Amino acid sequence: MSDEVSGPPPGSGAGPDPAPDPDPAPVTTQAFPPEESEPPKGQGLNHVIIQAVTQGSPAVTTTLAILAALVIGALIIAFSNTQVLHEWSTFFSNPGAAISAAWDSIAAAYSALFEGAIFNPHTISAAFNGGSVGAIFYPLSTTASQATPLILTGLSVALAFRAGLFNIGAASQWIGGAIVATYLGFAISLPLVIHAIVCLIGGFIGGAALGWLVGDLKARTGAHEVIVTIMLNYVMYNFLSYLLGTPTALQLPHQSNLISPNIDPNAQLPHVGGPPPQVGVGFLVALAAAAGMWWLLARSTTGFQFRAVGANPSAARTAGMSVARTWIMAMLLAGGLAGLSGAVTIQGTFYSLNFQSYGTYGIDGITVALLGRAKPLGVVLAALLFGALNAGSTVMQAATSVPVDITEVIEGLIVLFVAAPPLIRAVFRLRQARATGMEAVAKGWNG
Amino acid sequence: MELELRGITKRFGSLVANDHIDLRVAPGEIRGLLGENGAGKTTLMNVLYGLLQPDEGEIRVDGKPIVIHSPKDAINAHIGMVHQHFMLVPVFTVAENVILGLEPTRGLDLLDRRKARRQVRELSERYGLQVNPDALVEDLPVGVQQRVEIIKALIRQASVLILDEPTAVLTPGETEDLFRIMRELRSGGRSIVFISHKLKEVQAIADQITVIRRGRVVGDRPPTATDAELAALMVGRAVELRVSKEAAQPKDVVLDVSDLTVTGELIPDETGNRQNVLDGVSFQVRAGEILGIAGVQGNGQTELCEALMGLRPATGTVRLDGRDITRASPRDRLRAGISYIPEDRQEDGIIKDFSVADNLVLDTYDRAPYAKGIAMDLPAIRDSAKRLVAEFDVRTSSIDTPVGTLSGGNQQKVILAREVGRRVRLLLASQPTRGLDVGSIEFVHRRIVEERDQGVAVIIVSSELDEIYALADRIAVMYEGKITGFRPPTVPVAELGLLMAGATTGDGETADAGAGASVEDGAATEAANPAFGVTPVMTTESVVTTRPADGAADSAGDGQASGDGTDGPDEQAEQS
Repeated sequence: MSDEVSGPPPGSGAGPDPAPDPDPAPVTTQAFPPEESEPPKGQGLNHVIIQAVTQGSPAVTTTLAILAALVIGALIIAFSNTQVLHEWSTFFSNPGAAISAAWDSIAAAYSALFEGAIFNPHTISAAFNGGSVGAIFYPLSTTASQATPLILTGLSVALAFRAGLFNIGAASQWIGGAIVATYLGFAISLPLVIHAIVCLIGGFIGGAALGWLVGDLKARTGAHEVIVTIMLNYVMYNFLSYLLGTPTALQLPHQSNLISPNIDPNAQLPHVGGPPPQVGVGFLVALAAAAGMWWLLARSTTGFQFRAVGANPSAARTAGMSVARTWIMAMLLAGGLAGLSGAVTIQGTFYSLNFQSYGTYGIDGITVALLGRAKPLGVVLAALLFGALNAGSTVMQAATSVPVDITEVIEGLIVLFVAAPPLIRAVFRLRQARATGMEAVAKGWNG
Repeated sequence: MELELRGITKRFGSLVANDHIDLRVAPGEIRGLLGENGAGKTTLMNVLYGLLQPDEGEIRVDGKPIVIHSPKDAINAHIGMVHQHFMLVPVFTVAENVILGLEPTRGLDLLDRRKARRQVRELSERYGLQVNPDALVEDLPVGVQQRVEIIKALIRQASVLILDEPTAVLTPGETEDLFRIMRELRSGGRSIVFISHKLKEVQAIADQITVIRRGRVVGDRPPTATDAELAALMVGRAVELRVSKEAAQPKDVVLDVSDLTVTGELIPDETGNRQNVLDGVSFQVRAGEILGIAGVQGNGQTELCEALMGLRPATGTVRLDGRDITRASPRDRLRAGISYIPEDRQEDGIIKDFSVADNLVLDTYDRAPYAKGIAMDLPAIRDSAKRLVAEFDVRTSSIDTPVGTLSGGNQQKVILAREVGRRVRLLLASQPTRGLDVGSIEFVHRRIVEERDQGVAVIIVSSELDEIYALADRIAVMYEGKITGFRPPTVPVAELGLLMAGATTGDGETADAGAGASVEDGAATEAANPAFGVTPVMTTESVVTTRPADGAADSAGDGQASGDGTDGPDEQAEQS
């Protein structure tokens, strides 16, 4: 223990120091103005928040990031509205009108977003007046459906990440899975249930094959997975375009559009429950995949190996693990999950594959994995958040003519803030590491 | 210049790293600062050098209080520091490194460089440093690089030089050179603070020794103080200065290595020739004996360990219990009964983010009793972790604590627990006590000897001669990828030093032919080499019991390898 007597690293003066820092408390109080009226309580709450964030609690940082993104999104909504801008031009003669116009536009947009994503209060009153009870749950069903492919691509990126790999190729693996699932969906004929399961397995294999290719290339030749996956994304876009333009392959006969035939009804994933509240079987598949991934990482020897290689490949290798084999296995499973995302989307939502189907699921999967901190539960929650934003955005556009793109801006900002915790800390004036000067010097001198 | 520290106190949270330390260094004095790793030596010097600000106390130069906020202030106050890890740019010349940070902000760079070259040459001549200002730093041996650091300080007109564990990276010969230079500097009127945890070295060079323990000065002693007295001061209790062990009872050959060569990776030697990093190494290790592999770091020991573990491709033959494992994977070797304590503990031995329990099964996680099929048996892992943590006295708040938050000694205990907590045939331990405090060293050494006594074949690779002397039943010396000789542990330090510096005697093979048969064989081999003027007449018993007292003292008092533990802060800052 005497090791520790003089041993704390220069920077650690700030880390474990339990004493509240004199500086940030008042500063933080400014960041939460409502609490100023009750200094003692506010102080305590601030202290709790400071502790939580400085000790790196992901939940708090993420919540603050979402909050910050929503605030900036609100400003964009307000100041992209011509009506509001007009009011602001007369700000000095009538400041109240300007502010209330801005507030109104923000409130209208966000309440529409909320109504589209979570629930719409009008449906409740409608239900009491003899309307559909199910309609209350319609927004949540939409959110779940939007979240489904994101959960799976998010898990794909997260799983690879836990093994120390950056899977930028969820998009190509999604396409791989979708191609196989679609083909199996219309080209063969099987009984109910079995057909759907065969297509799901096929989708998994389609994605896994691409993932395996990446892992194998890395293990054999050292080709960096980021480069390979990005390149494979292009390969698969073009391959999909070719297949959909070739009648002997996937193209719907007698069609000039790039679209496949509809899959057999037996291969389609039904909804359970409902009509609303209902949930697609695909959503359940995604949740099952998340649970499976949790078990794999937390309870299985393979997962232990993944985590060990991801955390310290050198120590993993010294302990007798095969780093190369782990990479291949991790990429294979990651690809499979993205492929499953493709299968689930085709079988549960689109029923046919066209050239736009792949959307942004693959790339959003990276965002979701990052927001979910590469943990299965985190990925599910992050995907649900994004699903909600997507579901709400269409309602918002219809109701307030705020473009759907604003949700993409918000999503982007959330990720930006999550990826840059120091930025969040700066915004909320949270405590910085105290010994920065010291660190800089030591670094400078230690090279 | 007279330097005085008064009542320096430095706290890290609730931890008092320096507690009212007083230290006065007179002009032309070499002051030894002796203490265990973690005693607060480095913290104190970082305060003096402006890297840390003291919470209390003052620093006086020639009686006047001064404030040191940064290394720049320290340099202006004529205080220079040579860190344990050199801060040199490898691809720059000596002169360029020396003027780094002093470059002119106006005028021609060329002029300054010429001046730097001249100054380097002058200083080099005045103090016998033998440094060529135009040599590239990366081509220089470590000992010379250290002198470049000294020149850097001198050129900034340092009157007080702080040398932080300067001998950790040196051969015995280079250490002698450094001591000579230090004496030259002293006669030039400069003062030196010599930080070390090695009793013998501090006694050899210091004019006065200040001992620090747990952040406090516990005594000032003249260099004539006895080992036992200094060690007791340092540790705070009477120290068992030697590893008590019986004579080895070597049995069957467990590991038989012949002509092991690592090609493809080449190191330049002094003359610029390139050669195999591990070059035709052959030796045997028997059950129940400890083979110590001595040598200055970077002479192929790392590659030897990695080749033995299958982590690095090699040619030649490796047999374990007669079975050829030359092509076996690391995993197969571990399963065949090899245990490995890697040199770079933090990088290769543990996963810092993993819990203590997970680290304890890092190489057995997929075997019974820790796994059932592909499911890990968490209760079994936890039970075993609790047992090992208790047995190996790992100081941790719980088995779920990330191992990276433990001290170096406790991290090493986790590795040791993992590696010797199961039945093995061969234990391969590289720098097993580097950076550990005396208590941990005693513990690790005792466990290693226990393993030997249970019939495990043990290989200890250490650049610390004291550790080799303390543990080895037979010593092999490595230099530039080759084994330059085998010796019994009775061999004088001077002779080992020569072997470590590359003096080949050609008897390596001969000595190993009697591998572990008995210590007398080794002694006989040595007697046959009168070149070293040693004619030991010792029985097997005397080998163990009559080792020179000072050597024994060192083994416990300072067997702590390069003292990396103290420099945790530096090291981590460097890594980050």
